[in-house]
Amino acid sequence: MASETRDIIVNGLWKQNPGLVQILGMCPTLAVSTSLVNGLSLGLATTLVMALANTATALVSRLVPPAVRIPAYILIIATLVTMVDLLMHAYLLQLYLVLGIYIPLIVVNCIVLARVEAYASKHGAFYSFLDGLMMGLGLSLVLAALGGLREIFGKGTLLSGIDLAFGPAANTYVIHVLPHYQGLLLAILPPGAFIGLGLLIAARNRIEQIRALPTRSTGLLPQQAA
Amino acid sequence: MNEYLRNVKLTALALLGFAVVAAVLLAGTFGLTRPSIEKSERDAKIKLIAQVLPAGGYDNDLVKTARSLPADPLLGLKKPGEYYPATLAGKPAAVVLEAIAPDGYAGEIKLLVGILPDGRLTGVRVTAHSETPGLGDYIDIAKNPWIRQFAGKSLDSPKPDDWRVKKDGGKFDSMAGATISPRAVVKAVKQALDYFARHQTELLVQEEIHGQ
Repeated sequence: MASETRDIIVNGLWKQNPGLVQILGMCPTLAVSTSLVNGLSLGLATTLVMALANTATALVSRLVPPAVRIPAYILIIATLVTMVDLLMHAYLLQLYLVLGIYIPLIVVNCIVLARVEAYASKHGAFYSFLDGLMMGLGLSLVLAALGGLREIFGKGTLLSGIDLAFGPAANTYVIHVLPHYQGLLLAILPPGAFIGLGLLIAARNRIEQIRALPTRSTGLLPQQAA
Repeated sequence: MNEYLRNVKLTALALLGFAVVAAVLLAGTFGLTRPSIEKSERDAKIKLIAQVLPAGGYDNDLVKTARSLPADPLLGLKKPGEYYPATLAGKPAAVVLEAIAPDGYAGEIKLLVGILPDGRLTGVRVTAHSETPGLGDYIDIAKNPWIRQFAGKSLDSPKPDDWRVKKDGGKFDSMAGATISPRAVVKAVKQALDYFARHQTELLVQEEIHGQ
């Protein structure tokens, strides 16, 4: 029981991290990670959908005929995403104004379908929920790290855009990491996303290498790379 | 063979069942959220219209006195849109036109263009767009004050040839690497001014009739 839970957490956040190890869902990941706030926002929205989609799939998986399981799963995911989109627009307007444009992107994020197919269709509702949550959080961490890196090198700031979530007063939260910085366009443009992701993957691999050297230490939740 | 057909039927029925459940859920959510979404969209529009006009420069209820604007290629409108005459003590104070820039990087950019009777812009705002987040979306006032530069401009100043982004030899700022979105906006605003110049009398006369 407990070890299953722990495995799911370790897999989602580190061992099978969707962004750094499975390399799934790259299209929205690379497109949206232009700033810390953007990256984290998309990550959290994806996390919500993954947890819901995994739970829903686990509950109905026995009713899904194997031959048409992929269309059925896509149907479940698309329905959930649209419902989340409508409900947020109606009842969480402030949050919707920040996340709204990213939510439809989640349907085409293949990490959602990958977890539904690989995990939720074969496991119970609780573990599936946990798997979706942890995989989503793992992706969120990568998106936040990548967004943060690109924002610092591209614009010299951190947390720009936070005022959309917390009102104009939050403008003071914006950190000017590099004052009088001219900006590096490369970091903001798509190549910056590829280079940044490559660096993060390299950093994660290096940490794994070092950990594997002295003794095969297992069990401890490793520190995040960035 | 019979067995096979039976399987196919069951599979199809199961998928149909899922589709029906999904449709019911979506229709229910849509119906439930619709009034609230429409209200927030209307509120957002009122807020944007108010931003386009100078505060205190008009005293009518803009949304109530909205009039329909015929479809016109100059405004980018394929379907009839709306315009909002602003009056102060019954006299025309300004007019806010709906316009669409059809050539954004990711489809249409919907605009509100506020124009004074003398042809000067009071302001421009983007109401809806799908430009790339973090790149082309600086045309949105929520992301960047870029769009404020239109206030006070007219067809005389800058000269019609200068109604371009600086990269194309004009007078309007844009950000390096993301010129398609501002280019579309500048072009659409200029065309809205052209439209106003041609239809000025009817746009403003109607306001007077309304104000009386």
